[in-house]
Amino acid sequence: MLFDQYDPLKGEMFTVLDKDGKVVNKDYEPSIDDETLVHMYKTMQLARIADIKALQYQRQGRMLTFAPVQGQEASQVGPMAATEQKDWLVPAFREAAAMLYKGATLYQNYLYWYGNELGSQYDEGVNIMPVNVPIGSQINHAAGVAHAAKIKGTDEVAITYIGDGGTSNGEFHEGVNWGGVYDLPMVTIIQNNQYAISTPRSQATRAKTLAQKAHAYGIPGIQVDGNDALAMYAATSEAVKRARNGEGPTLIEAVTYRMGPHTTSDDPTIYRSEEEVNEWREKDPLTRFYKYLANRKLWNKEKDDALQEELKKFVADTFKQVENAPHPTLDEVFDYTYETLPKDLKRQKEAIRAYQEQQESGGDE
Amino acid sequence: MATMTLLKAINNALDQQLKNDKSVVLYGEDAGFEGGVFRVTAGLQKTHGKDRVFDTPISEAGIIGTAIGMASNGMRPVTEIQFSGFMFPGFNQMAVHMARMRNRSRGKYNLPIVVRMPYGGGVRALEHHSESLETLFAHIPGLKLVIPSTPYDAKGLMTAAIKDNDPVIYFEPKKIYRAFKQEVPEEEYEVEIGKARTVQEGSDITVVSWGAMLHETMKAIKEIGDDISVELIDLRTIAPMDSDAVVESVKKTGRLLVVHEAVKTLGIGSELISRVNEGAFFHLEAQPTRLTSPDITVPLPKGERHHIVDAPRIKQEIEKVAYFE
Repeated sequence: MLFDQYDPLKGEMFTVLDKDGKVVNKDYEPSIDDETLVHMYKTMQLARIADIKALQYQRQGRMLTFAPVQGQEASQVGPMAATEQKDWLVPAFREAAAMLYKGATLYQNYLYWYGNELGSQYDEGVNIMPVNVPIGSQINHAAGVAHAAKIKGTDEVAITYIGDGGTSNGEFHEGVNWGGVYDLPMVTIIQNNQYAISTPRSQATRAKTLAQKAHAYGIPGIQVDGNDALAMYAATSEAVKRARNGEGPTLIEAVTYRMGPHTTSDDPTIYRSEEEVNEWREKDPLTRFYKYLANRKLWNKEKDDALQEELKKFVADTFKQVENAPHPTLDEVFDYTYETLPKDLKRQKEAIRAYQEQQESGGDE
Repeated sequence: MATMTLLKAINNALDQQLKNDKSVVLYGEDAGFEGGVFRVTAGLQKTHGKDRVFDTPISEAGIIGTAIGMASNGMRPVTEIQFSGFMFPGFNQMAVHMARMRNRSRGKYNLPIVVRMPYGGGVRALEHHSESLETLFAHIPGLKLVIPSTPYDAKGLMTAAIKDNDPVIYFEPKKIYRAFKQEVPEEEYEVEIGKARTVQEGSDITVVSWGAMLHETMKAIKEIGDDISVELIDLRTIAPMDSDAVVESVKKTGRLLVVHEAVKTLGIGSELISRVNEGAFFHLEAQPTRLTSPDITVPLPKGERHHIVDAPRIKQEIEKVAYFE
């Protein structure tokens, strides 16, 4: 089994593709149909282009603060491609690429970061939990989703994400431990992007790897090259299979790099060198996957140019739609507090409505 | 009808809902096999199985956090925090997620969760076992908070809480778990969340209390006898608060005393007095008053008498407000 072959304590990291997109680990090259491979690539590109455009919009003052995903596309699209529709994605807040693959629309992703809760109202049958801002707390939600699946006897699996920084939080411990105690169908993916805002991974824990933390919970843990979409697919696929067979949870550490800032309010040049960033640029997950597809004659420059053009237009059109979307109404911001609005809350709402109507009608009454 | 203690009435409601609705699950520290440290859930694991009634690790964030995930995936979890003083590691989950998920997802996810926790003092307990923390929950939009003071309400409120599609915090007044028995219907019934109960009608003064403190207040009123006609209201639901019931009562009596076990500053008494000022100002014949525990840490048992409000003091305060001219 894959998880027995790579011991994080010995510094063994699971990789399938080298940086030129060549398969260096034939035994574990997953068999994925051509259509899915191309769809994976297209989603990674969509996430990348949407990210770059959003950063421009943000600098123009058109987009609000958001958490860019650039550099981490493989550690998100790879795992999602290894799941089924019924499985759950329980994200942290930097999982735009995973969310797109799992069925959130770009319109929804943008709308959320644009400042509208409606962006988190995913379509029926799309099992994504909303963006989770308080660090680490989503791991317990994933354990609960998986626990419900186990009690109901469905074979859904919950996939959750956390950052390297999040593993320092107590909720990470409680959630991963819970999954182990009840043998839950749960896969926890740590995206080790090397920094918790400005604090390097070495300041988060004395442990040599984050994957080795799995041992303390009695579950398998593996360190995977997070910029290798095929390795991430293969590892997740194995973890999902175990989960569906009732063999319990798995911990996957995806070793990757955040190419951009923590959020648009952050300036990463303060705490990391250009040299370091360039080293990681060499390992770009999209370039590697492109080369793999090209080697398999599934993709080429001509197709890629056309795709880029198409996606740029789609992204621009979508953002325009978001800019033109109606803002939340007074009713909307009140009415989802409870299923039925309590009497006093109704009065508070109507008081604001009366004030607003007075203002709109001239305000001098 | 059967006669039950408050504790037994909660057990009865849980048993009934576990039986009637397969999506109900119940868990907490020691809540499964041994039936909880107070035995509120005794026998339920045996009846409903280990999958649906179970013990958890000592993991309050896990208990509440997993309930959020479970509820998002179709279950109706009833969770137990062993003592309200230990809820803080789970408070993060309640405040930042449980209260907000319906709003955050614009209704895609709603969380029918009940969080049970014994609260309150006067039982000579260790540190952290005697607090009354209702204000902390009432301050968070999206949460509901109920506190029964009788076996009848305990069952009815628990049934309503489990059937509610929003998260409900359910405080259990541990001092009166086994203090007395009451006739309780064996069939299912609900006590409406958000509705206060008028315990007795009166015309001279409105007194509001809840939980174990309601019984101290009743003792005081009994002592007073026919001298003052007291209208006593059991608030029952702290959030959303039925302040209309209190305001309407004060319009009639012109006087208000709120009695609670929680500390004074920003206690529920402050909120009730504000609302009475807003709604019944011109009817007031005395300053709206609160009698509460002082703003100090609950002392260990040997010093606890300095902290607790008791019947003689309540009697004195009722007389002060009622006779104020």
